Amino acid sequence: MTEIHMPRLSDTMEEGVIASWRKQVGDRVERGDVVAEIETDKAIMEMEAYDEGVLEKILVEEGQTVPIGTPIGLVGDGSGAAAASVEAEPSQPATEASSEQTRSAAAAQPAEAPAATGRETGSAERPKASPLARAVARDRGVDLANVAGSGPNGRIIRVDIDTAAAEQPAASDAEAPAGQATSESPSAATAAPAPSAGADEDVEEIPLGNIRKVIARRMTESKQQAPHFYLTSAVDVTDLVAFRADLNERLQAAGGPKVSVNDLVVKACATALRANPSVNVSFAGDKLLQHKRIHLGVAVAIESGLVVPVITDADRKSVSEIAAEGREKAGRAREGKLKPDEMTGSTFSVSNLGMFGIEEFSAVINPPEAAILAVGETKDEVRVRDGEFVARTVMRMTLSADHRAVDGAVGAVFLQQLTALLEDPLRIIA
Amino acid sequence: MAVITYRQALHDTLREEMLADEDVFLIGEEIGVFEGSYKITAGLLDEFGEKRVRDTPIAEEGFIGAAVGAAMQGLRPVAELMTINFSLIALDQIVNHAAKIYGMFGGQCSVPMVMRTPGGGGQQLGATHSQNIELYYAFVPGLKVVAPSTPADAKALLRASIADNDPVLFLENLALYNTKGEVPETVEPAEIGKAAVSRPGNDITIIGYSRMATVAHQVADKLEDEEGISAEVVDLRSLRPLDRETLVESVRKTNCAVIAEDDWLTYGIGAEIAASISDGAFDSLDAPVRRVAAAEVPLPYAKPLERAALPSAESLTTAVHETLEAVGRRR
Repeated sequence: MTEIHMPRLSDTMEEGVIASWRKQVGDRVERGDVVAEIETDKAIMEMEAYDEGVLEKILVEEGQTVPIGTPIGLVGDGSGAAAASVEAEPSQPATEASSEQTRSAAAAQPAEAPAATGRETGSAERPKASPLARAVARDRGVDLANVAGSGPNGRIIRVDIDTAAAEQPAASDAEAPAGQATSESPSAATAAPAPSAGADEDVEEIPLGNIRKVIARRMTESKQQAPHFYLTSAVDVTDLVAFRADLNERLQAAGGPKVSVNDLVVKACATALRANPSVNVSFAGDKLLQHKRIHLGVAVAIESGLVVPVITDADRKSVSEIAAEGREKAGRAREGKLKPDEMTGSTFSVSNLGMFGIEEFSAVINPPEAAILAVGETKDEVRVRDGEFVARTVMRMTLSADHRAVDGAVGAVFLQQLTALLEDPLRIIA
Repeated sequence: MAVITYRQALHDTLREEMLADEDVFLIGEEIGVFEGSYKITAGLLDEFGEKRVRDTPIAEEGFIGAAVGAAMQGLRPVAELMTINFSLIALDQIVNHAAKIYGMFGGQCSVPMVMRTPGGGGQQLGATHSQNIELYYAFVPGLKVVAPSTPADAKALLRASIADNDPVLFLENLALYNTKGEVPETVEPAEIGKAAVSRPGNDITIIGYSRMATVAHQVADKLEDEEGISAEVVDLRSLRPLDRETLVESVRKTNCAVIAEDDWLTYGIGAEIAASISDGAFDSLDAPVRRVAAAEVPLPYAKPLERAALPSAESLTTAVHETLEAVGRRR
């Protein structure tokens, strides 16, 4: 009998949800058959069988989350209906692991967290800490993950916990309403600021889906690690809008797909990046990575959150190609069918909230990229030209850049050239 | 309070015990006419006569075997092995007879004997005469091993060893014989198996025994004077039984420890101590336990090499500094 394990379907995947079983117990399984659909942190993917035989047992039911490597089913010759030895066991760690995570706001100790399955998940690294530091952290409700170690090799030692604990209550004191003398016990002071579970019937707890978890982790990482700065430009898109209308008329006549303003922005970004390679970079600790190819991520809102399909080599594709590829990928993204490699590797991203009437906004950089462009709505405004008031169509866009990798002037030149391109649209397709 | 040498304390205790109990007698090489290689037994042949101070041939297996037999018959022999290196010749008598008889014969007779013997290097006596192999005996159930570092402890532990009904290996050290210390008028027998916090402190625990306990004190005093570091010194005094409670209690207070031992590092006494600390004080440790021990070579004869191979105040100080740095108490 062979175990089927929760596969690792993307680089960042740590656990997966059984979205559905395509085979039922007793079904014949051939190599390459789709046995289940797995929801990863990025998408729902089909899982193919590596072995042939009969699906004898389903160990993890639909909807359950388990770490990668966990046995989820058994394939055998059909004789053993249910192997008692493995019964129910694997599903247990799953619930443990998830309940562990939901109460992570409390003093969750990474040491006690999901490794419960006994399997190395590969990530979730245990912080180096002396036994004393661990014991003191446990007592005082300090999460080691938030403590910087000052001992040898970055080991967290007792003084680090003392420092962290001293800062913790201070922070919550500041949040407490002034004048309210509360005798806070250390545990109360370190508890999560959110209402405690069960205390408030007006609050419904919604477990985090994988995509939500990844967004939370990566956006926090971005805002904590990448020093953002923002540059905003108001682009006169009067000509661009006219150009797009003209272009779409011709494309439609030829039976081709229409292009959006955003497709033109994406293409213009790719062109401007080619001219400004120092924006097409990633900060990598002790070095910068200069990307030779230009892959543009285009943020797409979906029901469960946000995904960023990638248009590879966008500078070498035509606007209609970008339009067609973008539309096709956004469609699959909404269905949760994008493959992980279609959502990784972007070197720059574009996020557009213009359709919601947002005038302008600042986006959070999508690491390891060094910059992201936030595009607002196009709207008619009164402008001054040659001393005259004139009606023009204007679009505001804000570049968020990682100052570790990109300086203000470098970002400004990029944005200036991008603006110039968009104001002279024929150059976009040149 | 009288200040006397470690040698004098041993001599006085032997004499007092012989005066107090007729069953106590001495046996060994050159302890009578020559008054002992290190003069511990000076004057005792004249005072007590040949029956109670017995010179033997150079035959360790023989006279240790004789002592085992005498002890089984109810006497209290105190054998002197000229150095611990020569105890190897008597290993079978010590390990297979002295240590086993009480247990193997259903407790019909015990073996109340003492084997006094000095260990230690640093005297340019060469690799075979400079060893610290007390571990061989501390390893064996049925034996007790004590290792006093001060004249007062030498007295208290020798009294206890002679009074004890089990075979005791009483470890002395060539480098300690001339050291001096206060010894009270009357010294009660020590409790074998009790370590002493011989210098209380808060910042770090230094554990040693025999010569290295005295080195630990020097280092601790200097750290206090020059850097204001409060080091606690635990003098083991007894290697078997080992007083794990005192060790663990100290480390629970200081959260870090350095062990100083004259023997070799690998499998040495310090390894057992470190394991005991790990067992009993794991959640109190803020840094790994460090050991300072002899270089893993047969001890060289040449003075500079010999000095370099042995643990010293300097090497202990370095380990203490590094450990204090590791717990953030010294930057």
